[in-house]
Amino acid sequence: MSDLLYGEIEDDLRSGLRGMLDERCAWPDVLAGAEKDEPSDASLWGVLTGFDVLGLPVPEEHGGAGATWRETAVVMEELGRAVAPVPFLTSSAMATAALLAAGDELLPALASGERTAVLAVPFGTAPDAPLPSVRVSGGRLTGGIRDVADALAADVLLVPAPDALYAVNADDVVRAPVTSLDMTRRLGDVTLADTPGRVVASGEEAVRAALTAGAAMLASEQLGLAQHCLDITVAYLKTRYQFGRPVGSYQGLKHRLADLWTSVTQARAVARHAAACLAAGDTDLPVAAALAQAHCSRVAVLAAEECVQMHGGIGFTWEHPAHLYLKRAKADAIALGTPGHHRATLARLVDLPPA
Amino acid sequence: MSTAPPGAEELERRVAAFLAAHDPAATEPLDFLRARFDAGLAWVHFPEGLGGLGAPVALQQGVDEAFQRAGAPSNHPEGNIIGLGMAAPTILAFGTEEQKRRFLRPLWTGEEVWCQLFSEPGAGSDLAALGTRAVRDGDSWTVDGQKVWTSMAHEARWGILVTRTDPDVPKHRGMTYFVCDMRAPGVEVRPLRQITGEAEFNEVFLTGVVIPDEHRLGEVGEGWRVATTTLMNERVAIGGRAALREGGMIGVVTGLWRDRPELRTPAAHDALLRLWVETEAARLTGERLRQQLAAGTPGPEGSAAKLAFARLNQEASGLELELLGSEGLRYDDWTMRRPAEVDFTRRSPGYRYLRAKGNSIEGGTSEILRNIIAERVLGLPGEIRVDKDVPWKDLPK
Repeated sequence: MSDLLYGEIEDDLRSGLRGMLDERCAWPDVLAGAEKDEPSDASLWGVLTGFDVLGLPVPEEHGGAGATWRETAVVMEELGRAVAPVPFLTSSAMATAALLAAGDELLPALASGERTAVLAVPFGTAPDAPLPSVRVSGGRLTGGIRDVADALAADVLLVPAPDALYAVNADDVVRAPVTSLDMTRRLGDVTLADTPGRVVASGEEAVRAALTAGAAMLASEQLGLAQHCLDITVAYLKTRYQFGRPVGSYQGLKHRLADLWTSVTQARAVARHAAACLAAGDTDLPVAAALAQAHCSRVAVLAAEECVQMHGGIGFTWEHPAHLYLKRAKADAIALGTPGHHRATLARLVDLPPA
Repeated sequence: MSTAPPGAEELERRVAAFLAAHDPAATEPLDFLRARFDAGLAWVHFPEGLGGLGAPVALQQGVDEAFQRAGAPSNHPEGNIIGLGMAAPTILAFGTEEQKRRFLRPLWTGEEVWCQLFSEPGAGSDLAALGTRAVRDGDSWTVDGQKVWTSMAHEARWGILVTRTDPDVPKHRGMTYFVCDMRAPGVEVRPLRQITGEAEFNEVFLTGVVIPDEHRLGEVGEGWRVATTTLMNERVAIGGRAALREGGMIGVVTGLWRDRPELRTPAAHDALLRLWVETEAARLTGERLRQQLAAGTPGPEGSAAKLAFARLNQEASGLELELLGSEGLRYDDWTMRRPAEVDFTRRSPGYRYLRAKGNSIEGGTSEILRNIIAERVLGLPGEIRVDKDVPWKDLPK
């Protein structure tokens, strides 16, 4: 059985990151950034580079920190808690996983933050779903890929083609910004027209590794987000008075929060299991990742929805952070496969065939 | 003579020495168990002379396994859950030396089975409202009242009993805790038939039952504090068993799904997978809790475990019945039986469905557990208490 706890290094990493994010990525900053044209917070990304967390699972000989996906998951939790607008999931988890599978030369540049890469697939693509159809001819790529997360924040696109995964210079493609439901992780539509590419890995293996790692890591982001929604809702209900009582003294709300706490507690075990399986290359990884997405997606959305509802009117305003979390939570639930898709995957993996 | 508590190696040595001196195959089971108790190898974390050696509780499992491997007789803990899990720790914490010496050995060996006389028809979730009266008469007490949900009362030699001794003070203050002789005149045990048709539990009527003062546990008026110790041990006894993927009720349903393709429907498929996901999440949560306990950093997750277990058991058993369609309409047996333990697997799906309804009521209702999580874990304000500072006798009943 995998180790589901946090180690001392992870606790230290969390506390350092949280202090920095509270200062550099407070929600009013995030909200203000959401209304600007910049696709992500480049200055915050620079600070994260200084924390040496962009290449945690990358071995030292490839310029990484030589840590594991377990520590990476803790970073995901903290970034989720802050709805941080940085391409960590897309570059430091997914693209990094693809490059690790291929042992690619780009790894040091990604780990150091010198370059940022994203996997050019629609963000809703599940680890076992069909890939976009890009044509390849003489090493040049042609096709359109919609809804690519952080497409505009990247300078390298990893493009799956029928024969191989290609690295494409982002300046060589047309990237159209998409007005995105999640304002803190924006999408772009990518168009390739006879664009030159470099083969990173043949076949689909590296892409599938990236999507699976993404699904496993996203669960920790969802956990951090859900825990934060629960925390701020509990704190608010202790101070908000109606009918002469704190709103949090009403059983109708207390019981829902107790259930939510139970769900978040479960999400922690599930997300830790997925991170541990990814870190160890455990054979249970496909089940653990699908389970994590099927469960944590539901919990994060529930937490964000309860956060909006239990804050009442203020929770429905632009001036309150609840909507940032709701948008991220709902987008995350669709990202890398919906809960329904992951349940169907589980049905196949654990031999519970459909009717 | 008291020295540093023994470690794993020392315990291993003592078990080996004990087995060398008491051949399990050639010793009367009861003699063997009594000797094991006297050697301090019964519950190793108990004090010396009371069945233990003051060793860490974590070493118990290794000792039990060593005895089991040697083919040693069992004290059949499954038949004395209340005694071992609740009465013993309470007697250890609050009993006099004489009480500890009188009660603990036959309790551990299984010679004397125990039951719990706590709940009453008018005091369920609000246990502290209980009204069974105990009136002092010199060196003894006379008890009148009615207790309910008492498992094993019909086989028990002793009961742990909470009573009202002072109705003029608020409810938490006027209680006193006793050990009740279940063979005493005035103790009447009646089976309590439940929705499954069987009777796991009893009602116990106490009419003019005389209890000597030397069977009082803790001070007069301190019964609530003693009872709280018992109830805390109940939570420990219920939580924390290792589980395998698809263990328990979910395994019954997934087995049915795989074995009987003709029962499958799209709606049931979705319901089954949702349940599979939630059950696996609950299992991993239990595993994480165990790892926390082993690392010496217990978290509050335990209170969530029973809540999740109750709901999942109910949903899985309900789904099983629906999957079966008309077949699910047949019930195996409504005869009033007196089962020694709950067995979900050997009865019909209808039984499982009905028995699972008790999971969210017994040992703390799901609603009370949600209150506990909201108030103790999340720190939300408590319910408004209309009974605070009101003498028990003036409470609406």
